[in-house]
Amino acid sequence: MKTRMLGMVAGAAFAIVAGMGMANPAISKTLKMAYDADPVSLDPHEQLSGGTLQYSHMVFDPLVRFTQDLSYEPRLAQNWEQINETTMRIHLRKGVTFHSGNAFTAKDVAFTLDRLKKSPDFKGLYEPFTGSKIIDDHTIDLITAKPYPLVLTMMTYLFPMDSAFYTGTDDQGNPKDMVKKHGNVYAATHESGTGPFVVIKREQGVRLEFDRFANYWDKASKGNVSKIIFTPIKEAPTRVASLLAGDIDFIAPVPPTDLKRIDEDANSDLVTMTGTRIITFQMNQERVKAFKDVRVRQAIVHAVNNVGIVKKIMKGFGTPAAQQSAAGQLGHVEALKPRYDLKKAKALMKEAGYENGFTVSMMAPNNRYVNDAKIAEAVASMLSKIKIKVDLTTMPKAQYWPKFDERAADMMMIGWHPDTEDSANYSEFLLMTPNADTGKGQYNSGNYSNAKLDGLVEKANTLTDMKARKTVLQEVEQLAYDDAAFVPLHWQNLAWASRKGVAARDIVNVMNFPYLGDLVIE
Amino acid sequence: MAYIAFFIKRFFQAILVMLVISLIGFSIQGNLGDPLQEMVGMSVSEAERDNLREEMGLNDPFLVQYGRFMSKAVQGDLGNSYFYKRPAVDVIMDKFPATFDLVVGATLIILIVSIPMGCYCAIRPKSIPTKLIMSLSIVGISVPVFLTAIFAIYVFSVTLGWLPSFGRGEDLVAIFGGWRTGFFSLDGLAHLILPCFSLASIMLPLFIRLIRSEMMEVLEQDYIKFAWAKGLAPKRVWFLHAFKNTLLPVITVGGVQIGIMLAYTILTETVFQWPGMGFMFIEAVNRVDTPLIIAYIMMVGLIFVVTNTIVDLIYTFVNPMVRLVGGGS
Repeated sequence: MKTRMLGMVAGAAFAIVAGMGMANPAISKTLKMAYDADPVSLDPHEQLSGGTLQYSHMVFDPLVRFTQDLSYEPRLAQNWEQINETTMRIHLRKGVTFHSGNAFTAKDVAFTLDRLKKSPDFKGLYEPFTGSKIIDDHTIDLITAKPYPLVLTMMTYLFPMDSAFYTGTDDQGNPKDMVKKHGNVYAATHESGTGPFVVIKREQGVRLEFDRFANYWDKASKGNVSKIIFTPIKEAPTRVASLLAGDIDFIAPVPPTDLKRIDEDANSDLVTMTGTRIITFQMNQERVKAFKDVRVRQAIVHAVNNVGIVKKIMKGFGTPAAQQSAAGQLGHVEALKPRYDLKKAKALMKEAGYENGFTVSMMAPNNRYVNDAKIAEAVASMLSKIKIKVDLTTMPKAQYWPKFDERAADMMMIGWHPDTEDSANYSEFLLMTPNADTGKGQYNSGNYSNAKLDGLVEKANTLTDMKARKTVLQEVEQLAYDDAAFVPLHWQNLAWASRKGVAARDIVNVMNFPYLGDLVIE
Repeated sequence: MAYIAFFIKRFFQAILVMLVISLIGFSIQGNLGDPLQEMVGMSVSEAERDNLREEMGLNDPFLVQYGRFMSKAVQGDLGNSYFYKRPAVDVIMDKFPATFDLVVGATLIILIVSIPMGCYCAIRPKSIPTKLIMSLSIVGISVPVFLTAIFAIYVFSVTLGWLPSFGRGEDLVAIFGGWRTGFFSLDGLAHLILPCFSLASIMLPLFIRLIRSEMMEVLEQDYIKFAWAKGLAPKRVWFLHAFKNTLLPVITVGGVQIGIMLAYTILTETVFQWPGMGFMFIEAVNRVDTPLIIAYIMMVGLIFVVTNTIVDLIYTFVNPMVRLVGGGS
């Protein structure tokens, strides 16, 4: 508590210094950043979302993390070895301390894994793990039920929490490690991680302040940000204006309409990257008989000019897709290209006996994906060219998802970004036969069902040989392509903007978890 | 005595208003969306979601949920916000000072600008400044506050760099307890200017036009003609005799409009990332934070009843002919 108070005093003093240093930001090394929302909780296990993971990378450290080219970089795990088919032995870094001052040991890793398996949001991801075995203070075995190819990937989501700090009961008599979404519990408002930044002040929805952790283990990091003031700015135009006006140093996301403007601004830098969130439409085969015919599905895919959508609606801020896996992901098949060909689409419709078309209902959200409603309108008008009359409804995401769960329309929009950055994850949620027991196909509103595809994905999830796994995952993409299992649109690009002198390019990545601990500012 | 009866009547009126509002709020909550959707990650299984729904009592029938809500509400507990994880009333109280600053600032601007301009336009209806003011006010009414605000940010923050682009600033002065205001520091005032002007821009033209037309009508009255005939100084005629009588309808309309201004704070606060009740409300709607939504609309209902009460009181002072309770008029 005392250190917290001190932190607040130091924070206030810092704010004054920062205020004075406005003309010359080099003095204080304060980073003022604005995202569209702030993390919902200080508990890294409360919600599996981009916001939580971005926060986790600031206040906690994962065992390993992805570099910009998606290779694994040791963090709290110094190295690791596969000791048998189901066991990964991890050698932990020594001399690491938590914000509370406690030393980091294998016990904390075991504690965190157990807690992840209790979190409603994360337990699914850690399902393959049966538990861990502490060998000594700095060695731990992670054990899976079956051979599991994504053990290392899952280690990028394992941010060890301070087991001593989160043990005991809070003043309301609840255990301090309780994960609760709708109650004021200890872990949601207190943190002790090993990460580069310590939370010193939090006003939810308004402001979040961090100081650099004085005892941060990574002395080799070039990062020089000593303080972060994080403000959520919901409205995109205001967020952009705050950067251009010099009130904020670093913003994300950047709306496509302002990309050019920021790029041309002499005092700002723009960093863009192709992303891995695929935007698609699904065709519900249970609601519409015609969608059972592969020729009709092919006709629809051929009628949708997704290259045009990216160019006109997304202002080039997306990558037209013909499959789920983005370039760089294991299952990506280079040869699959967008298929827009109206003549062929018409021919296919005729061949299938639907040359006079039919009517379908379509639903899309209007505040979930970049330009979602406009994209849906464009697709609807493109389908009218093959005489499919579309009855389109768009709505805010809060109302859209319950409709999606009901499978309330014949064609529904869904975007997907795999939490695991892994190709199999797309198919598990979007294409596998829906099964309430296993949770597979949870977002397969098309009710596409292909036993061969299901089998291939299941198989991929047990292959630890990456080469063999790649072949299988590529086969899945090829199969979905040939079968026109869904309508691929594009992968959303990512963008961050900063004032000149903030070396954002070096610390951003395709997962959209900027490693702010390593950020260098002038 | 009459005042006590008046207040008791108003008190019950307020309770009735809040009851009706809570019922309406509760009955539409099913249409707002699924609160779980905003609380869990996309990949969380349906079974897990259902567990949480059950735990939160969202699966209970409407009447059970409403009964539970009411039994707590009579004890002053409107439930916990899903997002803030604190009592909804506390959250609103935390946000209230920011909105209050904004509304006070905008009201001051409206009063200071609209009264002189309205009077001038009535006294000199054919002059060039009047024509200019009148045509500008048409523009003011027709441009949405959203655009005015964005435009102001681009001109004064981005291009000229004079004023901050968002928020309340860091240098707020505490008046009492947690109530902090931006009116007593330079930084706070700088942050107030753009949002207050944007908010005022909606009501200002309306008030100028209202004052102008009321005053023009009053100036045609017999007693004013009589005052002129008596040879009174023009200032005395305009500002003592005419203006005072202009005020009556302006107060009535004004009281209601200040209440309506609360609705516009939603837009203004959203654009300026102003941490007030309006922005909180729109976020609560996006997140389907039902307890907070219901608490907010009940709060706004209360504010309407209170402002109307105050307006009625002021009315009796300005026009002694009006009596609050009983008596013929």
